[in-house]
This record gives sequence, structure tokens and C-alpha cells, in this order.
Amino acid sequence: MRNLALSDEILLDVEKPARYIGNEVNAVMKDPESVDIRFAMCFPDVYEIGMSHLGIQILYDMFNRREDVYCERVYSPWMDLHKIMKEENIPLFALESQDPIFQFDFLGITIQYEMCYTNILQILDLAQIGIYAKDRREDAPIVIGGGPCTYNPEPLADFFDIFYIGEGETVYDQLFDLYKEHKKSGGSRKDFLRKAALIEGLYVPSLYDITYKEDGTIQDFIPLDENAALPIKKQVVMDLSNTYYPDKPVVPFIKVTQDRVVLEIQRGCIRGCRFCQAGMIYRPNRERSLEMLKEKAVAMLKNTGHEDISLSSLSSSDYSELEELTYFLIDEYKDKKGINISLPSLRIDAFSLDVMSRVQDIKKSSLTFAPEAGTQRLRNVINKGLTEEDIVEGATKAFMSGWNKVKFYFMLGLPTETEEDQKGIAYLCEKVAMTYYKLDSQYRHGRVSIGASASFFVPKPFTPFQWASMCPLEEYDKRARRVNDTMRSMHNRKSLSLKWHDAKTTILEGILARGDRKVGAAIYDAYQSGCIFDAWTEYFDYEKWMDAFAKNQIDPDFYTTRERSLEEKFPWDFIDTGVTKTFLKKEWETAMEGKVTPNCRMNCNGCGAARFGGGVCYEN
Amino acid sequence: MKIRMKFGKTGPVKFVGHLDVMRYFQKAFRRADVDIAYSKGFSPHQILSFASPLGIGLTSEGEYLDAEFHSVDTTKVMLDKINSVMNEGIFLLEFKKLPDQVKNGMASVAAADYEISFRPGYYNVDAFLQQAEQFLCQDSIIMTKETKRSQKEVDILPMIYEFRASQKGGLSPEDMIEKAAMGFTMADQTLYLKVKAGSDKNLKPDLVMEAFCNFLGFDYNKKGFMFHRLDMYLSDENGELKPLGSAGEDILSPISDQQSETR
Repeated sequence: MRNLALSDEILLDVEKPARYIGNEVNAVMKDPESVDIRFAMCFPDVYEIGMSHLGIQILYDMFNRREDVYCERVYSPWMDLHKIMKEENIPLFALESQDPIFQFDFLGITIQYEMCYTNILQILDLAQIGIYAKDRREDAPIVIGGGPCTYNPEPLADFFDIFYIGEGETVYDQLFDLYKEHKKSGGSRKDFLRKAALIEGLYVPSLYDITYKEDGTIQDFIPLDENAALPIKKQVVMDLSNTYYPDKPVVPFIKVTQDRVVLEIQRGCIRGCRFCQAGMIYRPNRERSLEMLKEKAVAMLKNTGHEDISLSSLSSSDYSELEELTYFLIDEYKDKKGINISLPSLRIDAFSLDVMSRVQDIKKSSLTFAPEAGTQRLRNVINKGLTEEDIVEGATKAFMSGWNKVKFYFMLGLPTETEEDQKGIAYLCEKVAMTYYKLDSQYRHGRVSIGASASFFVPKPFTPFQWASMCPLEEYDKRARRVNDTMRSMHNRKSLSLKWHDAKTTILEGILARGDRKVGAAIYDAYQSGCIFDAWTEYFDYEKWMDAFAKNQIDPDFYTTRERSLEEKFPWDFIDTGVTKTFLKKEWETAMEGKVTPNCRMNCNGCGAARFGGGVCYEN
Repeated sequence: MKIRMKFGKTGPVKFVGHLDVMRYFQKAFRRADVDIAYSKGFSPHQILSFASPLGIGLTSEGEYLDAEFHSVDTTKVMLDKINSVMNEGIFLLEFKKLPDQVKNGMASVAAADYEISFRPGYYNVDAFLQQAEQFLCQDSIIMTKETKRSQKEVDILPMIYEFRASQKGGLSPEDMIEKAAMGFTMADQTLYLKVKAGSDKNLKPDLVMEAFCNFLGFDYNKKGFMFHRLDMYLSDENGELKPLGSAGEDILSPISDQQSETR
């Protein structure tokens, strides 16, 4: 029988103890003595969130295929257990072996969103391996970060030994081979990091010094070592149909956020929305083959027993074999075995309405549109191709097929946004409601429900909007209330509703997203003052964060509302994502002119990603 | 056809709650690719019925689950097939066909028995072992039972059918080997408790231990005890308690619904 790291008494005292026991169906059990490398893979949020993440499932499977590596999982202990572990000095452990993380060779942390930064510090703290990389002992695990936030790793630079820039499928094997060799030949931690820096895509922050101008912006990145590359080149897998993908994902005991098979149909996006970081950093768009996806769907459903399968991509409608894949899944699974299929990020057209009427219960489900902005002018600025005509037409068809619930996603605080654009959100919702009520009565089933949700825009590195200024804190709520007031004055107000995000969270996300190394000290102080689970509104404490910035002489406005010049060197400019700064600059200027840029399939706009030699760039 | 399965739950999976155990079985049946029946409607689901939920932290070798199947292989094949896709700690012990007119497990459960052992460091175990009999010699044992909406005083004495010290020596060597194979660690000193169970009146073993602590003059601490459910019972036409599994019969050759219809 396995022994657990936590006593029964502790497990009986905490909420959902099954988060910490491991050994779920398909969890990989190896003898730790039989491997050369022990890797702890961490998603720094609670189990239910972390277990839903596809990237970790891919890497977990890929690492464990190596006989010399044992990859285990670790997630953030929830607040109740966090307190107990701190009080009783219990070291953080991995789920499979239940062994302390400090015994491992690597601790890999995926960094998916800014609001988990204090949770990363919690992981390092509970693991008892030193929060700052400089304080880590020779035999402590090498802490390596990956994921979208590493496209600006600077706020976290002092806490990590290595950042992996790009897609995990590419150079981990090289890193593991290097580590084994290093262990055999002996040498210091520093020696290993210097050697690791020679692998393309790996960024060792301690090998660089950053100098600043008087105004606080970056002067230069200075490599301190001959091995320190500049720039750091993003890694991509060009053949997504012949690469690692799990057949047997782990099946959690408890219900997690994504309690289903996730099938990633493609990576990258052809659309080029100017606010979207994923759409830029995952270029070029690359599809997986239909055969591979069919095969994986069959294997994963069989091996997990999940009742649901979800296709995943940034814009599913752009996947060229979507119809074949969808009809295959419906015929094989929905009709014969009652498996539910979900297809997020679909454009509303004849095909998608047909599919959705077959995979969802029309009476219960809602239709989703993401116009992101309320007027055509602003949608052109952000390069969101969707027109009002598309929306009204799509909604009409949907209403006629039986739906009467519509969800809209909008952003507020976008560059150049005016009062008209904000009110436009309410007008657009009203127009769609009106469309419903004007339909012949045979198509109407009670009142229509139009639910709009507004998030506040946060400019992200490596997007055309990386030069954009954010609004002052009060402005966000003001804009949201303006939309809400306008909605309340509409004829069909009873059919319309608006929800909006927390503005304080937006400000913090803005600071961390475009932060530099100086911000790291504030993250440290915020964590020490009790900030943790910042992504959970019940735990988010804005005042503590502001105190931490003040204590470190950091002016939040410098990172949020400040106007950035086109010549400014950004903290993340040492990374080469393939998409050039020249292209981003051109897109920023085109945005200011209110002009759209055609998508990658219509026309190549020379972003630079063609350098990778594949994907949509070479379709024709 | 109706099938009654008996299963055990031990080790770390005792921390998996009842609703998650239900989800666990639904997925396990899909992995095993067995011919289980689904409800009609837009989102069909397996119709599973558990005799009695087991609380978090309790282990068991006597849980029951009823389900509807279209076709089945022999008991042995079905047990192997399903157990091969399960994890350490959860395992099927029986797979039996029920006569059509039998009430489901939840409706027929009348009693349950438990083995109670002592977590080290909480109590003087001897006091419990020596005074179990005296505890039952009281005229009544009034306890406050908490329901979802209210609290009420009840006499739990008539709901306790058996309560005594039970030593490991009571088991045959074969039984001990079988138990060890299932992953149960056998404590040397335990209490054996059989109580009324079911949907109308149900006595939880921790309430008995709370009453016992009161009787002995000890402060009650739930963590001092480990509860292990041994079996659940139905009451037959003569009022005799028999394991829930006794209502069904082992399947000796494959059956399918069409077959039984034509018969």
C-alpha cells in the first residue's frame, strides 16, 4: 500500500482531500530508484484547475515515455492545507510518489496567467528550496518555467533558474541528456546552467544584466557569459501530426474544470486580432492531420472513460477539416455512445448551427459570439473581422433553429475607445434582441436572453497593442457602468444583462504582464504579506499589492497608463518569437488608422513567422 | 437485466467522496466497454444506484451498486474485465444477476456492520474493548441526531444489533490472507459493530462511538477511530439479516436481454 505524505488526520481536516492523494487512473507509477532524472511538473493553482491543462498532459506523457525520466505532478495546496504545511513545516510533495519536491532534479512550472505569480512563490516556499534562485542550494531542483507568461519572464526572473521559451515538445530531450551527462561528469549548478544556456530557446536569467535609462525604461540587456545567447529564439514543433500527444491522460478522482478528453486540433491562429497574445506568439498556424485526431480521439475516450470530448484551438472554424472531424465524432460517439461533444470558438454559420443542434440541447444551451467591441470602427481597430451583419444574421439563423439564449463577449478599455464604442455594446445587444422579437411567432419561445460579459483589456507583450496605455483604475468601472446604464435605457432591457470583471485585478495583471525585473521584489513582498490565489476574487487583496509596490518604489502607472514611444526597448525584447517588432509596429499604426489586416489564408502580411518553414505560411 | 455489484474501497481512495465514486464507476464501465444501459433523453447516462453512501475517510469491503445491463458475460469474466480498468484501492468483489422483482439496494438495506479500530495516540484502547458489553446494558442511549434541518433526540440502543470486542484471532488464516490481498491492514484490537441501516432509519458508527465515549467519560474525537464497513444486509421474509449480495446469483454463462425475452 502506498504511503501518503500527509497524515490521515490532516487529510480529514482539509477540503477535498482527494486533491492530494495521487494514483488516479492512468497516473504513471515508476520506481524512482530506477530513473536518472526526477521531474516535478507543476501547475501553480489548485488541483481542479491544474489537472485541466492540456500542456502538462502532453509533457507528462512525453517525459514518462523516457525510461530514464520520472515525471510527477504537483499543484498548489489550497489555503487550508497551505496553512497546515507552513505551521507544521511539511515540505511540498509530488502526487505520484508523495516524495518531497526538494529531492527532485527539476521542478517545472507552467506559467499560464499573471495572477498565479504569488502561487509560484508559494510552491517554491513550501518546497523549501529557496524562493530566490540565488539562494538555492547546489542540490536543489533546477527550477524551470514555461508557458505563455514566459514571453515576458522578467518579473519572475529572480525566482527561476531557466525559462523555456516556446513549445515543450522540442528541446527537453536535449536538456535531459545534458543533465545526465552533467551529473556523471560532475560540476556545479552554475556550470550546468551555463551549459543549458547553449540550448536554443532556453533562457538563464542569471546570465544577464539589465541596465535602465534615467526614465526607468530599459537601456540594454547585457550577457554576462559567453554562453548567454541574444536574442533567445522561441521553439516550435513544425509537424504537429507526428509528435507527442497522450493516449492515456490521467483521469482525476474528483470533478475538475475540464472533466473531459481535450483534442487540440491546431496551434496558432490565422486571424491576427491585435489584442490577442496567443494569436501572435503561437504563429505560424499549424494543423494536426485528420487521421491523427481521429486516432487520438478514439484512444483517449477508450482509455479514460470520459463522457465528453472537447475540440480545442484558438479558432476552430479555421481548421480545414473541421466538418469531417466533427461528423466523425457525432456518428461514432454522439449517436452511438451518447458522448457529448463540445466545440468552443466556432463561428456561427450553417455548418456550426447544424452541428450544434446535434450535439447540444438547444433549450438549455446558449450561442456565443465574441465581437469584443461595440462598433465596427473599434472592431476594425482591433482587427476583429466579425461585422454587425454577421452577428445579426448568425443570431437570426440560430433563433430560427430554436435557440433563445445568446452570450456576447466584449472588452472595455481598448485603444482609441470612445463613449460611442461603449454604448455601442448596448445598442448591438438591443439590436439582436429586436431581431428576435421581430421574428414570426412560430420561431419564438418566450423571452430572449442576451447576456453580455465585458472584460477589461490588458495589453500584452508581443502584440500590436504592446504600445497601448491602460486606463486609470476608476475609468474601467465608469465605462462598464456606462454600458450598463445604456442597456437599462433600451426598449428590451429586460432581455439584456451585463457582467463585468474586477478592475483592480485588471490593473495588477497589467503591471505584471508588461513588468520588468524590478517588479520581482514587489511580487516577493506581496507573497510575504499574505497574497496568494490572486486569481480567486475571495483571496485577492489589492491593497496589499499596492503596499508591496510602494515599499519597492514601484509606480504602477509606469507599467499601466504610461505612453510608450515606438522606440522604447521593452523588457521582453530579448526574445525572438519569429513575429518581428517591425511587423507589430506596422500593425499598431494600421490599427490607429482603423484599418483591418487580412488573415493569413487570404494574404501573407509578412509577420516573420514564415521563417519557421511551415504551417499556414506554406499552404499555397 | 438488473445486476448487483459488491465492491471494496481501501487505502488512499478512502478520501474520494461518494459522488466522485459514482463518477468513477461511470468512467470505469466505459473503459471496460461493458454493455450497460443508458437513460433515454438528450444526454443519456448510466443508471447506477448505490445502496448507501460511504463517508469520506471510511474504508469498506461491503459496498453495493445496482445497474442495468443489456448483456453480460459470466461473473468471472465481468469481474476480470471491470477490475482490469480500476485503480489500486477500488475493486469489485461480486457481480450478480438480480431477479426482476427485487427492490434496489438502497431500498432493501436493513443493517450494516463495521470494524472499528483505534488510531494510535488518542485513547486507552483497553477501556473500549472491556466495556462494550456494559455499554449495551444501559436502559437507553439517548443521542442528538443532526439532520439537514433539525436536531432531535433519539434512543440509539434499539438500533445497535451487535457490539463487542473482536480480536484478530477470530478470523481464519484464509480470511486473513484474503483481506491482506485486498489491501486491508488488520489491527490487533478492534470493535465489531452491527447497526440498523437504511433510508428510513440509519445509525452511523461514529454516533455509536460518540455515545461510547460519553459512557466511558472520554472526550469524543472522531479522529481517534477508523471505521471499516464490512457488509450491508437485507432483511429476508423471515426477518433474518442476509448480505445484500445474497439477493442475486452468480452468472455462469453469458446472457443478453434478447435472450431472456425470447425465453
